[in-house]
Amino acid sequence: MNVTVDVNGQERSADVEPRLLLVDFIRDHLRLTGTHIGCDTSSCGACTVLLDGEPVKSCTMLAVQAGGHELTTVEGLARGAELDPVQVGFHEEHGLQCGFCTPGMLLVSAALLERNPQPSEADIRWAISGNICRCTGYVNIVKAVQHAAGLRAARAAAPTEQVTAGAPGGAE
Amino acid sequence: MVPAAFDYRSPTSLAEALDLLREHGDEAKVVAGGQSLVPLLKLRFASPSLLVDIGRVPSLSGVTADGEWLRIGARTRHVDVERDESLDRLCPILREAAAQVSDPLVRNRGTLGGSLCHADPAGDWGAVMLALDARLVARSAAGERVIRAADFFQGPFTTALQPDEVLTEVRVPVAGRGQHASGVYLKLERKVGDFATVGVAVHVRLEGDRVATAGIGLAAVGPTNLPAGEAARALEGRQPTEEVIAEAARLAAGAAEPHDDLRGSADYKRDVVRVFVQRGLRRALAQAGPEGGQA
Repeated sequence: MNVTVDVNGQERSADVEPRLLLVDFIRDHLRLTGTHIGCDTSSCGACTVLLDGEPVKSCTMLAVQAGGHELTTVEGLARGAELDPVQVGFHEEHGLQCGFCTPGMLLVSAALLERNPQPSEADIRWAISGNICRCTGYVNIVKAVQHAAGLRAARAAAPTEQVTAGAPGGAE
Repeated sequence: MVPAAFDYRSPTSLAEALDLLREHGDEAKVVAGGQSLVPLLKLRFASPSLLVDIGRVPSLSGVTADGEWLRIGARTRHVDVERDESLDRLCPILREAAAQVSDPLVRNRGTLGGSLCHADPAGDWGAVMLALDARLVARSAAGERVIRAADFFQGPFTTALQPDEVLTEVRVPVAGRGQHASGVYLKLERKVGDFATVGVAVHVRLEGDRVATAGIGLAAVGPTNLPAGEAARALEGRQPTEEVIAEAARLAAGAAEPHDDLRGSADYKRDVVRVFVQRGLRRALAQAGPEGGQA
């Protein structure tokens, strides 16, 4: 059956089987491979996408259920060359090691900051609690989100000034 | 993992959904958030020939209250309960329980009604609804019926719902005049998102210094969510002294039917029930004081 989804601001349509999982639709049909398949059992959050702005597990949803909704994948975070503050935060605070969980971590962090621009450490740990990092790099992930919150605030205060990724280990 | 093939319909009215269920009977399965059903489809533990997605049926979600009932639409998501601050006054146990269901991502999709209909013996909402003496409203093309929570859970993953019925609403009785109510949900879990090792819901309504009604529901310690009726009755009509609380906790532990598994031994789980009932009652009774809730 036909499914039409707004993916990262673009309308995408495809003829799919009802049993097709959203994550397979995203990866195999749309060729957006930034969304990862980790556990495939709704346990790890590697397949996180934003559905109408809220993080969900795309391995535990049918593609047809996303019809008519807005989807954001990790590819939709940056605006052209301008990285999202969470991406800058993860870059500058070394919020990743192997990187496998990172797309999911970025999206839950972006959704958190959208709802709660100044989260406490507990708020951040709550927001990422459904996403597993098997490098166990949580300390730096929390720091990265805190840094991203600061970058967002700076960007809001000076909207014309672009926030970009610094060099590795770069200055703040 | 790939589910077995099925047909998919996404009706835009309840009448249309109910007609589909009448036509297809137990070959059809209702899906809302899909957080329990989609994993079962992927494992092929369930292979219905038709999925009836009620995600586009209007007016099945949201919370409303009148003097008698708090009404929760069956498709209300866990996260909607978790964020609804009006419930702090109306029925605080609901937000406390919602925040402990699985993880934040699952709570963004999963629904209260879907969780109840899935009827996992380790489900959180079943224990809460037993403690609250909630009524579950089932609709079919033939009409509507109201099922008490205590009659709803019939076996592991088995409810009183007929194949042609949809759960539309959960009704929680609101405390009467002169009563003050509160409830607590305590859950032991190994990690965020895990099923409960033990879950205990307690709910009390006070009249003056006496317990007017009490409810206790258990999760993960039996073939279904279990009510601890004898324990609740041991509280009713009495002043809730430490001795009375300890007796209720002992009786609730006796009502549990846990098994040894990876999460703990049966003896351990039974004792967690006792401790949680004791803790839960102490906190619920303190919360229910004159400033307490309504449901």
